[in-house]
Amino acid sequence: MKRDDTKTSRREFLLAAGGIIGGITLKPATAAAAESTAAISVAPAATREAIAKVVGSARVTPGKVMLDLPALVENGNAVPLSVKVDSPMTQADHVRAIHVFTEKNPLPNVVSFFLGPRAGRASVATRIRLADTQTVLAVCELSDGSFWSGSVDVVVTLAACTEVL
Amino acid sequence: MTRAIVSLPATARRGDIIEIKAIAAHAMETGFRHTQLGVPIPRDIITGFACTYNGEEIFRAVFYPAIAANPYLTFSTVATESGTIACSWSGDNGYSVTESAAITVA
Amino acid sequence: MQCGFTMLRPVYLALLLAASAMPAHTAEIAPAERRSGYEMMSRETRAMQDDDAANPAMLWVLDGEVLWNKKMGAAGLACADCHGDARASMKGVAARYPAFDAARARPVDLEQRINTCRTEKQEAPPLAFESRDLLALTAYIGRQSRGMPIRIEADARMSPFIEAGREMYNRRQGQLNLACAQCHDDNWGKRLAGNVIPQAHPTGYPLYRLEWQNLGSLQRRLRNCLVGIRAEPYDYGANEFVDLELFLMWRARGMTIETPAVRP
Repeated sequence: MKRDDTKTSRREFLLAAGGIIGGITLKPATAAAAESTAAISVAPAATREAIAKVVGSARVTPGKVMLDLPALVENGNAVPLSVKVDSPMTQADHVRAIHVFTEKNPLPNVVSFFLGPRAGRASVATRIRLADTQTVLAVCELSDGSFWSGSVDVVVTLAACTEVL
Repeated sequence: MTRAIVSLPATARRGDIIEIKAIAAHAMETGFRHTQLGVPIPRDIITGFACTYNGEEIFRAVFYPAIAANPYLTFSTVATESGTIACSWSGDNGYSVTESAAITVA
Repeated sequence: MQCGFTMLRPVYLALLLAASAMPAHTAEIAPAERRSGYEMMSRETRAMQDDDAANPAMLWVLDGEVLWNKKMGAAGLACADCHGDARASMKGVAARYPAFDAARARPVDLEQRINTCRTEKQEAPPLAFESRDLLALTAYIGRQSRGMPIRIEADARMSPFIEAGREMYNRRQGQLNLACAQCHDDNWGKRLAGNVIPQAHPTGYPLYRLEWQNLGSLQRRLRNCLVGIRAEPYDYGANEFVDLELFLMWRARGMTIETPAVRP
């Protein structure tokens, strides 16, 4: 896979972070929440832009979104991913969408799921490709217009016996 | 050729949350690969997925090249009435597949 | 040991130095210690295999069912016309392949057996190795043995070929000068890159390999192994491969067929 050579250094990201996703709530209650806040703020520009396209200038609060991926991936070609959001899924209070992003794949977007009260529960699973060891992020949009995020760090290696040298 | 498989319970009680599993046969060529001679292999992926329950949309997804080959999805819906749950996939180069399953809701 | 051994010691050292040219000494896995590669996979990959609704290999199994019932060739015969319902007639078949073929006076694997039927009975051209149709048929037939024990017996006809396969399994090959046994008998359970080294029992072929993003045969996997040790892979259908397949299946006798499996 082609690397995205337009990425700038992480220090430059942190300085520029404020301009792209303004107002990320910095009061995470748990380690996981802290991780996803940190994950968005240190993600490469392409990833943060992709997230910005979804959330606009809205605030993204860490929490509610639980991403489940294996910590050590057996094969980056097909990584099982499941994402759940803590939500009653009623007409008044439900998940509208869940978006998944990566930081090191050639493209930041992975998949977007669009749900609604008919879902019963906000729980979706699929299989994705991961190019390298990295952080996978998920951002969900609730019916009240709020955005929540979660992230997981994953280690990806190459297969031992491949087809071509 | 089997182009997709949709699996869900044949029967359910009204109000039960049921799981729908769907697999489509597709290589999901990312567009980032090259042949051994360096010629880029063009992108050819499924880009959209939609599921309807007696014609009404209950779930939708947008796929990007990072979705694994032979894309798999599992999601849920509330069993409201008997009828047909239809999954359709659409993508590059006019790709279009629909596969349905019937459900009886008591 | 006695003084006879002490006097022989310089010879013993010389033998050790030449050891890299000798067949690798290995400890065969005791029958009770044999484990399928399934047990060495992650929970998520196992879940993929366990659920027919989540296993991409089922796409091929369903295709195989269609092909089984389709009339083919100049004879206009479907597999079903001679063999009836595969769920009955093919039960246990894949579990005892490779099997002896009297006409060729040697074992053949399932792919070769299907092609023999195609050319001789259906009067159709043989299916190419690793073609979608051949994979679909072997997956469909293999699926009918799922849950059954592998049954290969080392009788008088088969023994020479099992031995040929065993010899290849224990022979160092390739630029890396490794024998199959060194990874799969001596170092199973340890890690090579991100994966656990399995014992190499072909309990689930043809299988969906995540690395291939596709269904593939045992011979395709063996070719990967040979490329991995930088040895020239044999051609598909080579006698050497069938002998090795036979040895591996015999080594796995009694273990349960998992076709169509999923592996990293």
